[in-house]
Amino acid sequence: MRNELEVKLIPIYILSRKHLVPEGSTIITAMEYAGFKLKKGIGCREGFCGACASLYRLETDFKLHGGLGCQTVVQPNMQIVQIPYTPSPKAIYDLETINPEEEVFTATYPELYRCLSCNTCAKICPQEILVMDYVQAGIKGDLALMADLSFDCIMCGLCAARCPAEITQFNAALLARRLFGKYVNKKGRFLEDRIKQIQDGKFEEGYRELMNLPKEAITKRYFDRELNFKIT
Amino acid sequence: MIKKAIISEASETFCKKVIELSGEIVSRCDQCGTCTGSCPMVIEMDISPSQMMRLVLLGDESVLEMKTIWICASCFSCTARCPRGLDASKVAEALRQMKLRKAIHYLHLEEIDREELKKFPQMVLVAAYRKLTG
Amino acid sequence: MKRIPYYPGCSLQTKAKHFETTAMAVAEALDYEMITLPRWNCCGAVHSLTSDDLMHHIAPVTTLLRSKEFSEANQLDDSRLVVLCAMCLNVLKRTNKRVIELIDDRTKMNDFLYLESSKYDGSTQVIHFLELLKEIGWDVLSRKVTHPLSNLSVSPYYGCLLLRPKEVGIDDPEAPVIQENLLHSLQAKVVENPLKNRCCGSYHTLADKQVVVDLSYDILTNAQKAGAEIITTSCPLCAFNLDQRQEDIIKKYSGFKKIPVVYFTELMMIAFGLPLKNAGLDQHYVDPRPLFIEKEMYHEE
Repeated sequence: MRNELEVKLIPIYILSRKHLVPEGSTIITAMEYAGFKLKKGIGCREGFCGACASLYRLETDFKLHGGLGCQTVVQPNMQIVQIPYTPSPKAIYDLETINPEEEVFTATYPELYRCLSCNTCAKICPQEILVMDYVQAGIKGDLALMADLSFDCIMCGLCAARCPAEITQFNAALLARRLFGKYVNKKGRFLEDRIKQIQDGKFEEGYRELMNLPKEAITKRYFDRELNFKIT
Repeated sequence: MIKKAIISEASETFCKKVIELSGEIVSRCDQCGTCTGSCPMVIEMDISPSQMMRLVLLGDESVLEMKTIWICASCFSCTARCPRGLDASKVAEALRQMKLRKAIHYLHLEEIDREELKKFPQMVLVAAYRKLTG
Repeated sequence: MKRIPYYPGCSLQTKAKHFETTAMAVAEALDYEMITLPRWNCCGAVHSLTSDDLMHHIAPVTTLLRSKEFSEANQLDDSRLVVLCAMCLNVLKRTNKRVIELIDDRTKMNDFLYLESSKYDGSTQVIHFLELLKEIGWDVLSRKVTHPLSNLSVSPYYGCLLLRPKEVGIDDPEAPVIQENLLHSLQAKVVENPLKNRCCGSYHTLADKQVVVDLSYDILTNAQKAGAEIITTSCPLCAFNLDQRQEDIIKKYSGFKKIPVVYFTELMMIAFGLPLKNAGLDQHYVDPRPLFIEKEMYHEE
C-alpha cells in the first residue's frame, strides 16, 4: 500500500530550456526540482534577503516581470532567468563625518539627477516600492521621505538592472536610510535609560537570585512566567 | 581652407537621417546667416550654425566631430529669428543624439569635482545630463 | 483666497528656496494661495528636441498629469498650473503642446504610464507667475505698494526660456515688457539692457564655465552701462550664472564691478512692505543688502 501524492507537472523554461516541474512550485523550488544546485541567487527563502531576484515572462502577455524566486509561483510556459547580482557603484563615505545636507546625493550619487521619471523601477520592484518617488525625494534633498518610501527595500537590484538612466537606486536609498537613522530621526531614550539602570545596579539583586536557584526552581519559574500571547 | 565636398550615397543617407531625426527640412536653408548672427555661443564654436546646416545638407559626417553641436545651449535665438522658419537648435540636438544614442558622451561626470557639483542648483545637473550624456 | 496649483521644480525647494518663499508671500498679499502639488517629480529641465523621442517627455507629462488629477480632486478655483522657474515653464509648455498635437505619441505615453490612475488628455494649462501677476493687473499691484522703489534703477533680465520659442513664450521675444511693467507698478526706475533676452550660457556652467563667464560679463556690463544698480531675474539657473559666476568674472575681467542680482519677487516683497526676514536676501553671492540699506529700503533686524 502506498500513499502517492498526485502531482501535476507543468512546463516552464529555465534559461530557455524546457523543464517539467510541479504545479505550485516557486521559481526556486522549481529550479531545484529541475536539478539546479543553487549556490548563488538563493538565500533566506522567506522573501527577505533579496538574493533570488528573477526576471520572467508569461505566455499571457509580452511584459517583462520581476520577482523574487522564492515568492513567485511558476505558471505554465513561464520563461525564467535569475539576476543574482546587478553591478552597482557604491559611494565611499564615512558615516561619522558625512554631512546630511540636501546636496548629499550630488556628492555621492550624482547620477540620481539623470532620472527620467519613467517609473520602470517601480514597475519591476518585487516589493511594490515607489522607487521613482524615492529617487525624486533624493533629488529634492528630502532624506526623511526617501528613507520612509524605501523602507521595504531588500536590495535585490532589479530596479538598477532595468533603469534606462543607469542609476543604482537601492544604494542611494541605503545611504538615505543610514543618514536618516543617524542624523535626522528622533532618538528614543529607551536604550540609554536601560543601560543606565543596569549600570546603577537596578537588576543586580534579581539577577543574583536567579543565578543561585536550583534547576527545578528555575524551570518552574520559566514555565510559570507571564505571557502576553498563546503558545500553540 | 577649401574642402572638397564628395556627395555619395552614404552622405545622402546621413542627410536624410538628420532631417528625419530633427524634423527640420534642412534643404530650405538658404545660408542667410541670421542664425549665426543671433547665436550667443558662436564665439566658442568651431563652425557657425550656418556652416553646420550646410554640412548636414552636404551629408558631411565630420559635422558630428565639431564642438559646435555641443556648445549650442538651446537658447532658441536662431529659432526665433530664422526667416525660413527653420529650427537650427533641433538640428544640433539631432546631431548630438546621433552620438549620445551610441553612448558616446560629451560630459564625463567622473571628471568633475563632487564638492564643486554641490554648489549648483539641481536644474543644472538635470539639464546638463539630458543634453550632454546618453 | 484663490487657490491655484503650483509646481516648484527641483531647485525651488532647495537652492532657490527664497524664490519660492518670496513668491508665495507676494501671492498671498494678492489673495492667491499657491498650493504645491502633493506628489511631483523633476520636469526634466530641457525639452527633448528630436522628432522621435518619447522617453524624455515622460517626466513633464507625469507632471502635467499630476496637476490635472490634483485640480480635479480638489475643485480648485484656478486649475491652471503656475510655475516660477523659466526652465520648468519652457519644458512643460512645449511638451504639453507636443502631446496635444501628436495623438499617437500621447497614446503611447499613456499606455506606458499604466501604473497611473488616469490618462493625460492635454487639459493642463501652464502659466508663469509673471503672467498671473499681469492678469491680476498692474494697477492692483500699484495699490499694494507701500514702499515705492523710486530711487532704484533696475535692469530686468529675461534669459531665453521665458520668451522663446514664440509659441510658448510669455511675451514678445525681441521686445518683452512684462517685467518692465511689473517694475513700473512698483515705481522703480527701469533701464533698458539690449542683452536682456540673450542667453546666459545655461547648463554650460557645469562643464564649460568660460562660456558662461563671457556671456554673463556682457549681459551685466551692458546693464551697468545703461545705469542699472540691480538686476532682476526669474530663473534659478540665470540667477546662478549672473550672480555666483561674478566670482569667476572678476578673475578674468579685473575691472569688473559687482552688481547684485535678485529675483523679481524679492523686490516685490520690499515694495509691498512685507517682512524681509525670510526673503533670502542673504542667499546671494553679491549681497544686495548694502544697496538696499543705502536706498533706505531695508533695515537690519
